[in-house]
Amino acid sequence: MPAALSLATLAGPGPNPIDDLRQMLALHFMVNAFRAGTIVAVLAAVVGWTMVLRRQSFVGHTLAVVSFPGAAAAIWLGVSATAGYFAGSVAAALVIALVPRSPAGRPGSQESAVIGTVQAFALACGALFISLYGGFLDGITGLLFGSFLGVSDDQVLVLGVVALVVLAVMGALGRPLRFATVDGDVAAARGVPVRLLSVVFLVLLGCTAAEVSQITGALLVFALLVMPAAAAQQLTARPILGLGLAVGFGLFVVWAALSFAFYSPWPVGFFVTTFGFALYLGAAGFRWAAARWPRGAREVDRSSQARSGELGAAVGA
Amino acid sequence: MTTGTFFVLAHPFLRSAFGVGTAVALAAGLIGSFVVLRGQVFAGDALSHVAFTGALAALAFGVDLRLGLYGGCIAFALLLAVLGGRSGSDDTVIGSVFAWVLGLGALFLSVFTASSSGIGGAGGTAGVNVLFGSILGLSGSQAWGDVLVSLAVVAAVVAMARPLLFASLDPAVAASRGVPVRLLSLGFFVALGLTAGVATQAVGALLLLGLLAAPAGAAQRLTARPFRALWLSPAIAVGSMWAGLTLAYLFPVMPPSFGILGVATGTYLAAIAWTGSVRRRSQRTSRPIGTPLPAAMSRAH
Repeated sequence: MPAALSLATLAGPGPNPIDDLRQMLALHFMVNAFRAGTIVAVLAAVVGWTMVLRRQSFVGHTLAVVSFPGAAAAIWLGVSATAGYFAGSVAAALVIALVPRSPAGRPGSQESAVIGTVQAFALACGALFISLYGGFLDGITGLLFGSFLGVSDDQVLVLGVVALVVLAVMGALGRPLRFATVDGDVAAARGVPVRLLSVVFLVLLGCTAAEVSQITGALLVFALLVMPAAAAQQLTARPILGLGLAVGFGLFVVWAALSFAFYSPWPVGFFVTTFGFALYLGAAGFRWAAARWPRGAREVDRSSQARSGELGAAVGA
Repeated sequence: MTTGTFFVLAHPFLRSAFGVGTAVALAAGLIGSFVVLRGQVFAGDALSHVAFTGALAALAFGVDLRLGLYGGCIAFALLLAVLGGRSGSDDTVIGSVFAWVLGLGALFLSVFTASSSGIGGAGGTAGVNVLFGSILGLSGSQAWGDVLVSLAVVAAVVAMARPLLFASLDPAVAASRGVPVRLLSLGFFVALGLTAGVATQAVGALLLLGLLAAPAGAAQRLTARPFRALWLSPAIAVGSMWAGLTLAYLFPVMPPSFGILGVATGTYLAAIAWTGSVRRRSQRTSRPIGTPLPAAMSRAH
């Protein structure tokens, strides 16, 4: 990680990385961006790890996207956009939790149709609110693809408090939730309230998605919600180690992306997703290499050895 | 209502909107049935977001928008077919890839906005058009191209409907009976990619998911027979398209995409409510209404 940080500051204009860092953090909005990014990265890594384990990426994406019409409606009505983000995501979480499942209780295809419809309709509502408000084209881009530059002190406070509450509930529910995730039938037979747990988790996921949306934009939450967690799960199946790795990856992605975005004309959303994706690819490559290195070392030809070596080096960076 | 509709069709831009909309809705409703049946709505979602990146990449590099749109969609559809063939619909992989592709889209948007004139100028408008659709702004030649592509998709899907249905419901049995499951999957994803490209111009990259999921979901709620659902879904999609366009014409503040998706979502909600009440009544007489499609299909065989 220190290597990455020095890399980030090298992108800056000055010859001395320490000076560049000081220069960046002398600006209040950058300090706020780092504070908010840190809170969001930790929260997203913890909740995202559970989400990836539960294979609910599609729901997570939908809940994040739905925060966009929430924020657009809030701006149209003249209330705080932060409230709109949370209202949109939590409302969608409840709708998805409450819509009746497919007739025979098979949660497969019909559920994904419901989620997809909720997502598309919510986005259409966002388009309607924007049309009603009468055009804020730059605002749309910010809502969808993230703008970390306008994070206020109050917003950081709200993000922190909500994150603490969500993390506390996650901590309290951690064990039964993992049990219900890994083997729902056995958990239900042992008296774990599986249905209730899944509703509570959806609401927590909604809160998290709303938080992440405020940094990365509604469309790019996966950079913090899925990618660090998925990378961690490529490397280890152990919960504590995996959660720690996911949090570390998330912090690295946010800090590096903010630093790069500060010193370049390109949007922060691009950097967040690119660093997250590189980590994920690196982790997947590392696992692939680790799985076949000892067994198939003799059969593997030189070219594929070179390839896996490259991928292993990528995760080391 | 009839005079209203008649009045609507007096405007040339609305005529082409209705024509393109009908063709796109037919294609999206038809292929949406298979998307929902295979449980691959998330793949459709990913594809719709890739359409955005493809279009903006074309704009940023100054080539024709359709080139990027179709190129991006078909490339990503082929990638999905390869990924999906090996490990089912792996949400994590799909999610990671398309989130990165969207990040690239954000980059292209900022490059294009910076290169075109000023803040909120052509760049912002083009981005919003790609995201939320511009069915009322299609030119005549564009409209004909869209209609042709949509009809080609419809023809292709109808041609492979029977084996594709079999392969979607039970891939293992279909493969053992000699159905080319992998080839069908490839054809399905390419058709889905083309549909995404066409529908992006009509309802926008963000909203085409609704046109895929809602009519098909409603149709499969309403009937347990696979082929009936297959025809019902495009019918609902076309109905939503017409009703939505008319609503958007009557209430100018409403974006057409919102009208179309509002009607489609309302239909789905009504279908859920109706089958719910039918099921409650049928529980007393123990009639198996609302049996999921795979069960009904295996009974038919």
